Amino acid sequence: MSTIQPNIEQPVSEEMQLVRRAKRGDTQAFEELVRRYDRNVFRIAQHITQNREDAEDVVQEAFLKAYSNLEKFQEQSKFYTWLVRIAVNEALMKLRRRKPERTVSLDEDVKTEDDSLPREVADWSPNPEQMYNQAELRDILTRTIQGLPAGFRTVFVLRDVEGLSTEETADALELSIPAVKSRLLRARLQLRDRLNRFFQKKASGDGDQ
Amino acid sequence: MKCNEFLNELTNYLDGALDARTKSELDEHLAWCHNCYVVCDTTRKTIEIYRNSELYELPDDLRTRLRSAIMSKCAAHKKSDPAAG
Repeated sequence: MSTIQPNIEQPVSEEMQLVRRAKRGDTQAFEELVRRYDRNVFRIAQHITQNREDAEDVVQEAFLKAYSNLEKFQEQSKFYTWLVRIAVNEALMKLRRRKPERTVSLDEDVKTEDDSLPREVADWSPNPEQMYNQAELRDILTRTIQGLPAGFRTVFVLRDVEGLSTEETADALELSIPAVKSRLLRARLQLRDRLNRFFQKKASGDGDQ
Repeated sequence: MKCNEFLNELTNYLDGALDARTKSELDEHLAWCHNCYVVCDTTRKTIEIYRNSELYELPDDLRTRLRSAIMSKCAAHKKSDPAAG
């Protein structure tokens, strides 16, 4: 079975050159960094906040915060990881403001009701892309990820959508590597389980329960 | 290997983050345990679907608007705090 590999590889040195120019006050260099990562920051922000306006605010606030704190960036990690950390914090703050009744924290140990082996095990066939049109599929994917706790969504989007490594994700979220792995496993299994309701049911035809 | 042991290693397995020995133990389990094979396969598909979904792409017009807002705020910040610039 094939493995999942991260899909982002940035040459560090070129990025660092831009960062150093930006630190010296070169706004064009900073604008280049914005161009390079604005799409990523927007995706991450919208995955976490699940709200378009909040995601727009997060993009602006994260880049402005990065700009005004650039001299504090120690260059020990990639600029992108540092930026992601800022963006995740901004996004979680938005979420807390919007949902004050619920605690939103990456540190809380998110317990799931049941981490045992999934029971429904029919394969997804034909592929979900063939079973649903694009709009239907988007709707299913959006509703499914919305139902995941924020702490799980955040780890999943960084690791599996943006392709950060486990170490980079741990660094960006200030979590331990085992904590990232544990959340990632549970996020993946919960998403699989929820998608299974759509993809397995249709595949099983008239065998609905 | 039991199914719950397989499940605990699923993320490492999918990420290719296992030593050869553990990987071959998991491969062996998958060869006879259909349930775990399906869970593994559909979890891999879950990841791929989200990765390829382009769920929250930034539209070009919004992108331009956001970038210009960011850069003008940066310019204002630079003026108000010359030490930072």
